[in-house]
Amino acid sequence: MVPIVYYVVLSAVLFGLGVLGFLFKRNIITMFMAIELMLNAVNLAFVAFSRMLGQLQGQVYVFFVIVVAAAEAAVGLAIILLIARNRESLNIERVNLLKL
Amino acid sequence: MTTELALFILLAAMAISGAVSLILQRHPIHSALSLIVVMTALAGLYLLLGAEFIAAVQIIVYAGAIMVLFVFVIMLLNAGQEERTSFSRMATYVGLPVSVLLLVQLVWWITRGATLAAPPRPNPASTRGLALLLFKDFLLPFELTSILILIAILGAIVLAKREPV
Repeated sequence: MVPIVYYVVLSAVLFGLGVLGFLFKRNIITMFMAIELMLNAVNLAFVAFSRMLGQLQGQVYVFFVIVVAAAEAAVGLAIILLIARNRESLNIERVNLLKL
Repeated sequence: MTTELALFILLAAMAISGAVSLILQRHPIHSALSLIVVMTALAGLYLLLGAEFIAAVQIIVYAGAIMVLFVFVIMLLNAGQEERTSFSRMATYVGLPVSVLLLVQLVWWITRGATLAAPPRPNPASTRGLALLLFKDFLLPFELTSILILIAILGAIVLAKREPV
């Protein structure tokens, strides 16, 4: 049996990589994929803790996270379509109306 | 080394290399394919943890539906190579140290936790138990998520609709 702590450390590493990707990518779609990576890392932690505690509630929360991720992907990609149409670029630096 | 540990190391290496590849690739479609590798590896890890139904949902919903949506939008927008621009100074001088600090801190606190070292209990997971929990104890949140999905679909349609000329 693999110790649960391995799974949780893997989850933390994946989350950190997601944060790095979000900070360093310039393409809006890739930044969005980094957010999905972070959500996946959190799901792994949920399932690992559910296994550790011997309860199923953690897995139910994973369902809700997946549903929210799907809704977020639908709305977020629609927003990306709008940005691409208005700015004619997918570069995040072109989206600077709120920048001082 | 047991088979389970070997499988874990293999899947974890797959997930981490996929995540690194997501960051390093310049073309969005390559990043999307790397993300699919990560999600498949995570599905294998869920199987190792004894959560078969979550593993199936991970493949069907994440690697299937959500990533198809991503790839579809990438192709629709004809997204090319990422442009090289100067990183914002905020990201380099504040973001990188803070994210590395967050990573180190997370790993440190997790490995220190004494309860985590306890041997895991017998696997409670069964698809039947999960269904009972989802449709009895969590019935109201479950119904609310369907409303959430409906609102998201309507929002996506309204946002992506072309303006009448």
